[in-house]
Amino acid sequence: MRTVTVVGASLAGLNSVQQLRHQGFDGRIVVVGDEPYRPYDRPPLSKAFLAGRARVDDLWLCDASEQDELEAEWLLGVRAEQLDPAAGRVRLSNETEIDTDGVVIATGGRASRVPGTEDMRGVHTVRTIEDAIALRADLTNGVENVVVVGAGWIGAEIASTCHELGLSVTLLEASEVPLSRTLGDAMGSVFAALHTDHGVRLRCGERVGGFTHVNDGNGRRVTGVWLADGTQLPADVVVMGVGIRPAADWLAGSGITVSDGVVCDPGCVTELPSVVAVGDVARYRTTNGGTVRHEHWTNAAEQSATAIRNLLAGATIEHYRPSGYVWSDQYGVRLQVAGELAQPDEVEVIDGSPSDRRFVVAYRQGGETVGVLAMNNPKLFTRMRKQLAKRVTSA
Amino acid sequence: MIPACSVTDLPPGESVRIQADVPIAVFNADGDLYAIDDTCSHQDASLSDGWLEGCFVECPLHAALFDLRTGMPSCLPAKKPVRTHMVLVHDGYIYVDTSAHERVPEHTAEPVRASEAVA
Repeated sequence: MRTVTVVGASLAGLNSVQQLRHQGFDGRIVVVGDEPYRPYDRPPLSKAFLAGRARVDDLWLCDASEQDELEAEWLLGVRAEQLDPAAGRVRLSNETEIDTDGVVIATGGRASRVPGTEDMRGVHTVRTIEDAIALRADLTNGVENVVVVGAGWIGAEIASTCHELGLSVTLLEASEVPLSRTLGDAMGSVFAALHTDHGVRLRCGERVGGFTHVNDGNGRRVTGVWLADGTQLPADVVVMGVGIRPAADWLAGSGITVSDGVVCDPGCVTELPSVVAVGDVARYRTTNGGTVRHEHWTNAAEQSATAIRNLLAGATIEHYRPSGYVWSDQYGVRLQVAGELAQPDEVEVIDGSPSDRRFVVAYRQGGETVGVLAMNNPKLFTRMRKQLAKRVTSA
Repeated sequence: MIPACSVTDLPPGESVRIQADVPIAVFNADGDLYAIDDTCSHQDASLSDGWLEGCFVECPLHAALFDLRTGMPSCLPAKKPVRTHMVLVHDGYIYVDTSAHERVPEHTAEPVRASEAVA
């Protein structure tokens, strides 16, 4: 393998380049990045950066000299538009082509939004630096009412940041308890209380019916949100935190299966041994026959070690084992999660108390701890996370 | 010189956070005492809550690894070092000297044994 093209220049892309060099690949590496920025960290976009406590310069994942040491060619502000595996070629939006032996798909995803709001000012998503800059400009422009759609991790963090900025916030959630699918109803309720105790109006079981807007000299601008039951909420700014759509359209015609992500084997390898997928875009098969895709920082950071090992070996010699580590900061509270929390037999508070917002909860299956959730208790959490990691490795 | 805690209150594998001009974390790494700035150089997290392994501490938030002897990060996401500080033991009590603010990458801090009394 002489040339590897990494498509996507964010966390998963950068980690793939680092892993290529770390694992001894000394050929040519070309990195293609849709955004004009070098690799940056997205988690602060909904927190410190949006709040104005971090600047763009705080977001870079590596400094210029570290980037130089990787001896890769960085094509930024350019999109990959087509993959032709037979010819070993990636076609780019600037009409050029890269001849390549291996491809790492790290294209992430695009934030989903309600159709018809693309050109409505005041309606935002948060995925990129530019998204966050535009939202911050709107939030600090004398507005009053913000409606956040979706009380998952990103929506909750944005609601918290808007609250920090002194705005009046309504948070809409389609399910009856926020985060219940991930954490279960009991723990989801703890997070619901975090919002309401800070004066954020949380409305669960609500779906957006539509938007009201005015037409001013610059086009349409949002003024409110209609709920499915007809209620109208005033909104100067609306933020959608309703997930992402994996950015895999460019693979059409390549022969690689795309189904809500790039479908790959348990080692992140696609149908073609010379093409692997990592990060938010990768949907890999699990040992129990299903498929899973993660939209988390840690996954994007960890997955490339396995994917690159398999790419360089030309075969799947290692399976990916996620740590399932997720963190979030909301209302000054630090939340950490690791392992599997989806279907426990038993959930037990093993330290502190949810009412004090300092606790650790063990999620158990068949008497064994399979997941851990903590609020404001990083020390015990980390200890338990390490034990879980050992269990995963030895499994 | 800032008093941290009694030697007996910091057994091997444990850490304590003390307040100086900035918070400082003191570690007992298998009997050797080290002090570094407590706040991770990457993002807001307390290294005294981290995972101690040999003379390295792993940040509890994003698993950045810092060498307690030098303050240097050995893997992403941290890029910048944290400051190291001199540790002294006197009459069974641990003190941290923050005046030197050692931050020379090549410099390796001489560990103070928890069992040693420094006059």
